[in-house]
Amino acid sequence: MRFTLNGTAVSLDVAGTRRLLDVLREDLHLTGTKEGCGEGECGACSVLIDGEVVDSCLVAAGQVEGRDIVTVEGLALQDGKLSQLQQAFIEHGAAQCGICTPGMLLAAHALLQQSKHLTADDVREGLAGNLCRCTGYTKIIDAVLSCTR
Amino acid sequence: MVMLHAHTVRPEPKALLDLWSLTEMKGVRRSSDMLEIGAAESYTGIIDSRDVQQHLPGLAAAARTIGAAQIQNRGTLGGNLANASPAGDTLPVLLAYDATVVTDRRAIPIDQFFTGYRKTALESDELITAVRFPIGRQVAFRKVGTRAAQAISKVVMAVSRSPARIAIGSVAEMPLRARRAEAALERGDVKGAIAAVADDIRPIDDVRSTAAYRRAVTQNVLAELLDASARR
Repeated sequence: MRFTLNGTAVSLDVAGTRRLLDVLREDLHLTGTKEGCGEGECGACSVLIDGEVVDSCLVAAGQVEGRDIVTVEGLALQDGKLSQLQQAFIEHGAAQCGICTPGMLLAAHALLQQSKHLTADDVREGLAGNLCRCTGYTKIIDAVLSCTR
Repeated sequence: MVMLHAHTVRPEPKALLDLWSLTEMKGVRRSSDMLEIGAAESYTGIIDSRDVQQHLPGLAAAARTIGAAQIQNRGTLGGNLANASPAGDTLPVLLAYDATVVTDRRAIPIDQFFTGYRKTALESDELITAVRFPIGRQVAFRKVGTRAAQAISKVVMAVSRSPARIAIGSVAEMPLRARRAEAALERGDVKGAIAAVADDIRPIDDVRSTAAYRRAVTQNVLAELLDASARR
């Protein structure tokens, strides 16, 4: 199977019926993507496929042939500097235990790619598929809003 | 449609056929009096479609209540139909529109599509390719769930005044049309429709809600949707 992962071409020999989540974590050793529920309810496993945020626990490995995948490991800039969004999460205290954070970053990244003109309600709607048990969401929303115009 | 139940499908499938890339099964196509939506078009695509926003706003409204961004980017009408959950959020809208389920071998009117709990009229190797809607009908939609996103509905309803269609999910073993309530609505008897709908449904107590709650909320939602459509 051939696809692009965080900007790099990848070629893998895996069963197409495996979950993308497992292929990322076990075969590619990218453990930034987390399993929170395994049934598309929590968003901890969020990745981007062709720019769209999806739950990787619900994507079969065979479905990513020829696609462009981005995980949390791919958000930092070329020189390894954290992105504006990642920096904002740190500055606003938007992470506590960190389990939801990769998924939140990818959902927020996809949202900001669609528009930089977002209200707090737009952010709440865009992140509605990502559950956090620690922060109460306020600082996550603040961090994302700080990246808007 | 291929449906993925990660770790839960038994026996484990030996192979997977991915239909996601078939552009023939995606897209929103308009003809003079019909809108046809590909079975593999994502809910996001449906929500973003100008044709859907203009001609089927009730469908866009329903798609917005499904899951959240991650689910809307992958979920489809074909999946919602083939899964045939009684709580499927688009299914009352399809019933209210008298939509047609187009497969690789025939066209099935939606009111013949659901045959029992999670059962459809599809043959074992039949493929849903598109869903067809007539243009020109006003359908109002309301979903009641624990929260605005990532919630399975307690009651989900789509209503058309003309022709009279009252379609409801999560109140029976399959999405249904409330026939006695529709007959009252057809006569212009809104109070009678709200009273009759309580007997058209057969809700149960389950993890999400109780039959009594569903009955009461069904009547309240119907009143709300009929009042809203009267004021338009």
